[in-house]
Amino acid sequence: MSNFIEIKNLVKRFDISGGLLEEIRFKGGIHREKTVVHALNGVSFGIKQGETVSVVGESGCGKSTLARCVIRIYRPEGGEVLYKGTRVDNLSSSAIKPWRAKMQMVFQDPYASLNPRMTVYQTLLEPIRFHFPNVSRSEADDRVATVMKQVGVDPDWRKRYPHEFSGGQRQRISIARALAVKPEFIIADEPIAALDVSIQAQILNLFMDLQEEQGLTYLFISHDLSVVEHISNRVVVMYLGSLCEFAGTEQLYTDPKHPYTRALLSAIPQFGNEGFRHMRLPGDVPTPINLPTGCVFHGRCPHADERCRQEVPALIPAADGRVVACHGVEEGRLEWL
Amino acid sequence: MQKQEPLLSVRELSVAFKMRDCVLTAVDGVSFDLDRSQRLGLVGESGAGKSVTGFALLNLVSRPGYISGGHVFFEGRDLATVSEEEMRNIRGNRISMIFQDPMMTLNPVLTIGQQMIETLKAHRHISQHEAEKLALSKLQKVAIPSPEKRLTQYPHEFSGGMRQRIVIAIALLTSPSLIIADEPTTALDVTIQADIMELLLNLCEEEEMALLLITHDLAVVSQVAERIAVMYAGRIAELGSTEAIVNAPQHPYTQGLLKALPQKVERRKRLNQIPGSMPSLQERPPGCAFYDRCELRGEICHREIPRLEEKNGGLVACHMVKTVAGKEKK
Repeated sequence: MSNFIEIKNLVKRFDISGGLLEEIRFKGGIHREKTVVHALNGVSFGIKQGETVSVVGESGCGKSTLARCVIRIYRPEGGEVLYKGTRVDNLSSSAIKPWRAKMQMVFQDPYASLNPRMTVYQTLLEPIRFHFPNVSRSEADDRVATVMKQVGVDPDWRKRYPHEFSGGQRQRISIARALAVKPEFIIADEPIAALDVSIQAQILNLFMDLQEEQGLTYLFISHDLSVVEHISNRVVVMYLGSLCEFAGTEQLYTDPKHPYTRALLSAIPQFGNEGFRHMRLPGDVPTPINLPTGCVFHGRCPHADERCRQEVPALIPAADGRVVACHGVEEGRLEWL
Repeated sequence: MQKQEPLLSVRELSVAFKMRDCVLTAVDGVSFDLDRSQRLGLVGESGAGKSVTGFALLNLVSRPGYISGGHVFFEGRDLATVSEEEMRNIRGNRISMIFQDPMMTLNPVLTIGQQMIETLKAHRHISQHEAEKLALSKLQKVAIPSPEKRLTQYPHEFSGGMRQRIVIAIALLTSPSLIIADEPTTALDVTIQADIMELLLNLCEEEEMALLLITHDLAVVSQVAERIAVMYAGRIAELGSTEAIVNAPQHPYTQGLLKALPQKVERRKRLNQIPGSMPSLQERPPGCAFYDRCELRGEICHREIPRLEEKNGGLVACHMVKTVAGKEKK
């Protein structure tokens, strides 16, 4: 089966040098130098129709940038995004419009992503009017009522404003807004991170129910490793803008290959007082402004050798279907672990 | 053997906020004890009153909030009534506090060394040289590499995890007998979170400090604390040993929280959710605050606030939990 979404070698950089004066350097004469954040450095993976692929990694690893590049909020500097085989990353703002109705996004903070001066009705009507201007008023009203019911918010509350709802209900409303235009693909960027523990399960159940009813495809961004384990079919692990490992959820959680994946999974807080058994990584995550040479993880990896310091590891598919970017795994050096 | 007096004894502590047309009670009659070098976790959702409780212990609730009742006994004094001058002598000296965001604690325009020495001089008559030596030793304790150099640097030159280590080092300076840590790792990544929690646990054991760990994360608290108090809507719902809370919770809310964890059901299957959400301060019901969301609720729950009572070896505030014969043992 070919991939529903195909992400090929995606590169995104942000120029943060500001004005001309900040670019001037005086090393050996005067010249200009830009300060560039390397947010994504050649990320590739595919998503099949109807599945949930999650992206995990620590803050600053580029997972939100990835989500925004896929839906073309950001225009990537390199690489391709294919939607059912059609390239969508290089489309103009007007040409992307029909694709936007198929791809919708749910954001982290339901306090920031809903306009406080719009009622629920106005919030849900806007995307329908924008993408389907020919839809009649009564059809649009029906659609608003339908999506409100789907997410478990009483349609009688459509005249209310966001501040009249709790955090969990607001997140339901932003999910309803995404559903209003009948999308096939939903990108959810940390959709439960701002919610309380007892509400998180409700929203996760809603995501799973909607997927089952409507055959939705999800790209799920999260830093919560137990949640990701529960809801995903496959998982992408990222570190400093690079993909470390991409594997089926069970494969990844029972038998992680990449040293960073191992460290990350070992740090999940476990219930009980059996003490800490996490792998201790030396040092800190380097800055994405001056990327390390070779493997981005080599400075903190206990198994790094000369090749890791020099050569960027390629994404190498293994026999069991997973993809790992690690020289040690490729050479079989880490097999004994 | 005679039971030692607890280090911290909180009795019926209440905190209220005076609004224009009403008084809202954020913490409503909270009681618990904390022994010397013991670790207690205070768990709850946002708005449950756990942070306000932490602030109230140090008399740090600011207007329009105020302590509306109860006592906080610490090393023989009632902190709810001591003078501000006496309180200053306890705060940061006998009790240290660690907050979620290290940048909230650290002053961005002073070097780490200046801030550490300032803290010491505020509480002790100590020479500059002595203070520097002590600061250095505490930085070593929290495993900051090359501490001599680090003393002269500013907070922005450190990573998030390193900053939190420095905050812990500052908390240790005066060798307090109690540390209150309010969500100390929530702003940090998982790999760093585990490092910081382990450090905090080891330091408490080495220095024989008691710890009150305030967090929303049951898993994190179960790794560090010996006992856990679960808060809901301003009251303690359940208090017991970590083992009892995690393996045999009694209160329907604690049970619901644990059952809702993704680990409890097969992958890709629906999670066991608790319906509804916690009532806000304005809409607290007359009886049990969990009434609307509870599966076990009875008629009495609607009328009467359940008291925190000893049942089956733990403390529970629920009318519906029955004492089972043979489980009375402590």
